[in-house]
Amino acid sequence: MPKSEDFNTKNFPTWCPGCGDFSIWSALKGAFVALGIEPHQCVVVYGIGCSGNMCSFVNTYGFEGLHGRGLPVACGIKMANHQLPVLMVGGDGDLLGEGMGHFIHACRANHHVATLIHNNQVYGLTTGQTAPTSEKGAKTKSTPSGVIEEQTNPITLALTAGATFVARGFSGDIPHLTDLIVKAVSHKGFAVLDVLQPCVTFNKVNTYAWFRERVYKLEESGYRQTTKPAAIERAFEPWSEKLPLGIFWQEEKPTYEDSLPQLKNGPLVERDLSHIDISKLSEEFR
Amino acid sequence: MERFTWKIGGQAGFGIATSGQLFARMCVAAGRFVADYSEKPNRIRGGHNTHQVTIADKPLYAASREVDLLVALDKDSAFLHLKELASGAAVIYDGEKITLTAEDLGRGDVTLHSVPLARFAKEVGGEEVMRNTVGIGASLGFMGCDFAPLERVLTSAFGKKPEHLVANLKAAREGFEYVRTQGGGHHACPLTQKLSSPHIVIPGNEAMALGAIQAGCTFYAAYPMSPSSSILHYLAGKAETTGMVVKHAEDEISVINMALGASYAGARAMIGTSGGGFSLMVESLGLAGIAEIPLVIAEVMRPGPATGMPTWTEASDLQFVIHAAQGEFPRVVLAPGDVEEAFHHTLLAFNLAERWQAPVFLLSDKNLGEHSRSAPPFDTSSYRIDRGKLLTQKDLSGDKPFKRYALTADGVSPRPRPGLKGGVYLSNSYEHDYFGYSDESSEMRVAQADKRMKKLEGIAHEMPKPLILGPSKAPFTLVTWGSMKGPVREAMERLGEEKMKVNIVHFSGMWPFPKKETEKLLSSQKHLVLVENNATAQFGSLLKEQTGIDIKDKLLKYDGRPWFPEELMAAIKERL
Ligand SMILES: Cc1ncc(C[n+]2csc(CCOP(=O)(O)OP(=O)(O)O)c2C)c(N)n1
Ligand code: SF4
Ligand SMILES: [Mg+2]
Repeated sequence: MPKSEDFNTKNFPTWCPGCGDFSIWSALKGAFVALGIEPHQCVVVYGIGCSGNMCSFVNTYGFEGLHGRGLPVACGIKMANHQLPVLMVGGDGDLLGEGMGHFIHACRANHHVATLIHNNQVYGLTTGQTAPTSEKGAKTKSTPSGVIEEQTNPITLALTAGATFVARGFSGDIPHLTDLIVKAVSHKGFAVLDVLQPCVTFNKVNTYAWFRERVYKLEESGYRQTTKPAAIERAFEPWSEKLPLGIFWQEEKPTYEDSLPQLKNGPLVERDLSHIDISKLSEEFR
Repeated sequence: MERFTWKIGGQAGFGIATSGQLFARMCVAAGRFVADYSEKPNRIRGGHNTHQVTIADKPLYAASREVDLLVALDKDSAFLHLKELASGAAVIYDGEKITLTAEDLGRGDVTLHSVPLARFAKEVGGEEVMRNTVGIGASLGFMGCDFAPLERVLTSAFGKKPEHLVANLKAAREGFEYVRTQGGGHHACPLTQKLSSPHIVIPGNEAMALGAIQAGCTFYAAYPMSPSSSILHYLAGKAETTGMVVKHAEDEISVINMALGASYAGARAMIGTSGGGFSLMVESLGLAGIAEIPLVIAEVMRPGPATGMPTWTEASDLQFVIHAAQGEFPRVVLAPGDVEEAFHHTLLAFNLAERWQAPVFLLSDKNLGEHSRSAPPFDTSSYRIDRGKLLTQKDLSGDKPFKRYALTADGVSPRPRPGLKGGVYLSNSYEHDYFGYSDESSEMRVAQADKRMKKLEGIAHEMPKPLILGPSKAPFTLVTWGSMKGPVREAMERLGEEKMKVNIVHFSGMWPFPKKETEKLLSSQKHLVLVENNATAQFGSLLKEQTGIDIKDKLLKYDGRPWFPEELMAAIKERL
């Protein structure tokens, strides 16, 4: 059985003391232990941001891609080796700013990939500009007079785009978050886990205390997953008042990989390449 | 040497390309050599489309511009191509639909032959597109050939749909007989000689696609873009036969990142696009460079900038692919010159990509990608898939952290695929240490940068060398690269027939640049003439930068059309 320490590397995290990323890091390692996944048995793809810096602190196969472009890498890995668990860890700027197009298409395709969004409503690594998740009016370095655009809601976006597992966690509740990561990774399909993550350095509004006043657990509130519209309605509760945690929606649908007859006899990476014969195909050009 | 050029022209949407391909296959089935050329504006309906096929009794390298027999499906087709008609050429048109006289055309040296194309098509119960089939039958009659080769290709094209086959055969036969009874068939038949084993007739894009299949590519991703899309269409159409996963991704950035993911995971991966799509991929090209991930990239060029001229040709992305992306890293650029090289360089590209863990370009263009040439079926007997330092489980001992980016003599370090025990590492777009973890120290930066760049020395030994074609010495040496090989070689052959001696130095291994071989080949030649399909002599600049050789005499064409053999011949004759 793997232990949490197995997932440490020689590098110790470089996040600001108190950063929500520490808790997500612990929860992720805890989830691997709970799932019984050994370091060599999965791949984590990371975005570029404080969140993505986790790549150097987690001992599994990893891929630190380009800012906003991690999801296509994760989907490519999955298509090449669908037997390997694949996770995506990225920031709200990475996954919903630079990479929002890829995010929507990954939801549509239902690749079997679990995606963790570090939702801190800012760009941390580039020192505190607005993120798509910033509240309208939020004053940041790049929006000193306040954000004009509407706030992106990762939950409703994922629900409408077709993700088959949509949940929210909070880095202030590690056991609950760990459990959600376990469920997201176990889910057969595209899983989106929006993680509320205080950035103690650049976001002085959405602090641990601010979140604690608003979060509640769906499973303790009598919420039932009945229909998608009901899930969307719940996800539309006003950000400034109530922040539901837990699973909004989960459904079973064939994954992208399930739908490829090419993968029926095993993953691409195990294909025997020694007896390829194109002569029949070549004949068709006569 | 006998050459004959047939051309069909009409409105877009009337199956011009299909008819052209059918005609080419027919000629090849009859044991001839062919090369084709097509033009289509960038729209689906209403523009003027053409397809022409040159037929010869010995190997042919490019289609001629000059036309001997034109099937004009509408009036425009006759007038638009007046200048291309050879003296003594014939035009087949439908006199029941359009009026056309030699006077109108102002060409007393051209004969007009009316064939009721539409009526015959209708009589056999066919739709309007079947006019083309009547026209092909009429052409065959006119050329004085047997009907048999046409029957054979129609049977293989429509064999699965018997009612289509019957109608097409009838339509073709009507056209054929009509011309014969009208006294056609006086032309010397260009289809008499037979090759004992017929060739295949294939465009460059499909040749690359076949190469990818043979090379063990199991993942291909693309976003549709002319003129690269037929690679996607071909591979997607064969995916369930070959087992390849073929992904039409949401955009080109996704395309390249998916392929990098698949390659990192251990699959042989390829992507295809044109210059516009490749522009979007540029940052990710650097990711392949720094993370040392094998990748084959087909860049099928068209005239730019921006949307440019989507369905036309140009070879103006050479400097772009050599220099694209910030920072410095090794890459390979191959520019196949003909369908054989399109196939074999693709095989090579996969081996180079994995042996050197680097991105490898197949730089092609519309001229090569979408035009067919006859060739013997590709010989695959000597090909061996070489996956380089890709590790398997038994190569991994397992207890210590794995040094994926360990320093080695050739710059290439062993690469496990995720899932193997004992190989855990990070593939990283940041500068990194031996394990892949982010590292910004000056020592590690220099060590890793040197390690990567060192690969170029090794790659250089495995690159295709510049080829000298024709006599080893000649008064004029045409220096060219990529798909210009076809027309330049054809021009050389024809000049030879007229007792004018030229030779060619052709480059298909563009980067790393073959400095030594080039200096040796070019320094002994008398008069160098650079031939390129772009406005700024991009290869000329590269040559000068790498060797100091400055070719002053340049033939540059950038009107969206390839060089035609006749144009090159005229240019050389001017210099004699
Ligand atoms: C193409 C590109 N544009 C911009 C950047 C600069 N950049 C690095 S991280 C980042 C934003 C990070 O924000 P987020 O994804 O929310 O991550 P966080 O740091 O908040 O965890 C930006 C813009 C980059 N690396 N690449
Ligand atoms: S800047 Fe914010 S997100 Fe980044 S490490 Fe510091 S607290 Fe965390
Ligand atoms: Mg952020």
